[in-house]
Amino acid sequence: MMGQLHVSSAIIIIWVMGSFLAQWLPLDINHIQLEAILKPPTLDNWFGYDDLGRPVFDRLLSGSYTSCVVALTVILMSACIGTIIGTLSAYLGGMFDQVITRVIDIFLAFPGILLAIALAGIMGPGIDNVVIALSIVGWVGFARLARAQTLSVKHREHVVAAEVMGTGRAKIIFRHLIPLISTPLLVEATFGIASVVIAEAGLSFLGLGVQAPDASWGSMIRDGTRYMLVAPHLVLIPGMALMMVVLAVNLAGDRLRDRLDVKTQINENGV
Amino acid sequence: MFRIILARLVSTVIVVFGVASLVFLLIHFVPGDPVDMMLGENAQMADREALRESLGLNRPVGIQLLHYFSNLLQGDLGTSLHSREPVVQMLAERLPATAELAMASLLISCLIAFPLGIIAALNKGKTWDKTAMGVSLLGVSIPNFLLGPVLILIFSIYLGWLPVSGREGLDSMVLPAITLGTALAAVLSRMIRSTLLEVLQEDFIRTARAKGDSHYQVVIRHALPNAMLPIITLLGLQLGVLLGGAVITETVFSWPGIGKLTIDSIMKRDYPVVQGCVLLISLTYVIVNMLTDLLYAWIDPRIRLGQ
Repeated sequence: MMGQLHVSSAIIIIWVMGSFLAQWLPLDINHIQLEAILKPPTLDNWFGYDDLGRPVFDRLLSGSYTSCVVALTVILMSACIGTIIGTLSAYLGGMFDQVITRVIDIFLAFPGILLAIALAGIMGPGIDNVVIALSIVGWVGFARLARAQTLSVKHREHVVAAEVMGTGRAKIIFRHLIPLISTPLLVEATFGIASVVIAEAGLSFLGLGVQAPDASWGSMIRDGTRYMLVAPHLVLIPGMALMMVVLAVNLAGDRLRDRLDVKTQINENGV
Repeated sequence: MFRIILARLVSTVIVVFGVASLVFLLIHFVPGDPVDMMLGENAQMADREALRESLGLNRPVGIQLLHYFSNLLQGDLGTSLHSREPVVQMLAERLPATAELAMASLLISCLIAFPLGIIAALNKGKTWDKTAMGVSLLGVSIPNFLLGPVLILIFSIYLGWLPVSGREGLDSMVLPAITLGTALAAVLSRMIRSTLLEVLQEDFIRTARAKGDSHYQVVIRHALPNAMLPIITLLGLQLGVLLGGAVITETVFSWPGIGKLTIDSIMKRDYPVVQGCVLLISLTYVIVNMLTDLLYAWIDPRIRLGQ
């Protein structure tokens, strides 16, 4: 198991570093070389060229940046919004809690990434809209978890003591409740990263994410499927990268859960 | 039992109402004027007004919502902006294809998940367990828009056994069903393993072993039936993953179902059809979940006999 941890951590580190290096390296993601069209990987160039003769390696790194930034932004936004709403709902209770619970139920009634597809499709293609759509869908999981966790800790002595001493509600929530429930939320966030990476690639695959000529692993796979007979590397290379990152993040999440020993009903599938 | 059904029905009605309202509000997410987005900048004034009128966008939102619900209750989802057909009719044409695909995927995922989960649970911590769970993790991590093309590459292009896409005959369904079923199989096998492990620790399993039942009998007669209850509920919840995944899988294989219709209408900016598709898929999910809950209550004698 230790070996697994090392491999998965290494993949995650390469992914994140590669993504941010992509901003500094002199990449030629739009450099068209007609003589290199659909050239398969060779010893000189391990990743080959795509249907317009652009280097696949450069586009892979650039796509890595897209997936990394989208994943981190979406998880950060949905975790913050979801945690605050969920904690507030459980702590205040009453009508507010009832309304929030219903809203959560309604959002959860949309299967899989269908709502994100519909939102991204209706708002129009573009990476900003993908981030918005995935955050609108993503906060619900965090809210549900934060609410359930808060319900179980809100009658603890230190919270009651703080209330008796006249501590304000905001301070109770941020100082006494959220730190206490942050462990399961952290695990949820880790699995969430894996599903957002898949969701971003999926939306880009459908043509709703990044627009040409920018690169995303999903759009690379989509463009590659047209040339699968002559150049399967166009699908396989971004596909392998995507799978390795998702697998690594899922493994890291499993390890984190076991180590922190979170005994809650965390959705195994993430968001 | 009656009270359980009533309570579940009431909460379902509330969720259905909320889902329908959210789908109605979708069109208001269009940046700027939806009519401009649909017709483009150069449209004639008269055309714009005609479209605004036909979509009802010239009326106050409250009235629009009321109108939308009264139409919905009469089974009217509007007409397509593109083909001028009633949306309900378009959905009805596409529904069998998606239902067929979903059923086949469900079957395939059960065929994969049950053996995998049972083997893993019975060999907890051993190589078999690790292999089975490794396969399942792989299944969770491979997105269907990658698995689909890879399967096409192997079975349709290199081996030439199965058609690349379309919906003609049973063999055209094999690859889409495997693509869609894999993710579900992966999640399901993990759930079966953990549920079974929990059940295997119960006292009645020890009793069964003590009275001399074989290992096989203990698992098939005592452990599995008791593990089925949570598995049924989880299966219902996971159907959402299946329905959401159908949108992408149908696009990969040009499978003429609701999912493909959703993406095609998004591309054509045919908003009434998009709304209809999203509504139909989500309502199916809500209703299936309600039915699984009721099934659960009916199967479990502790709930059925009213404790």
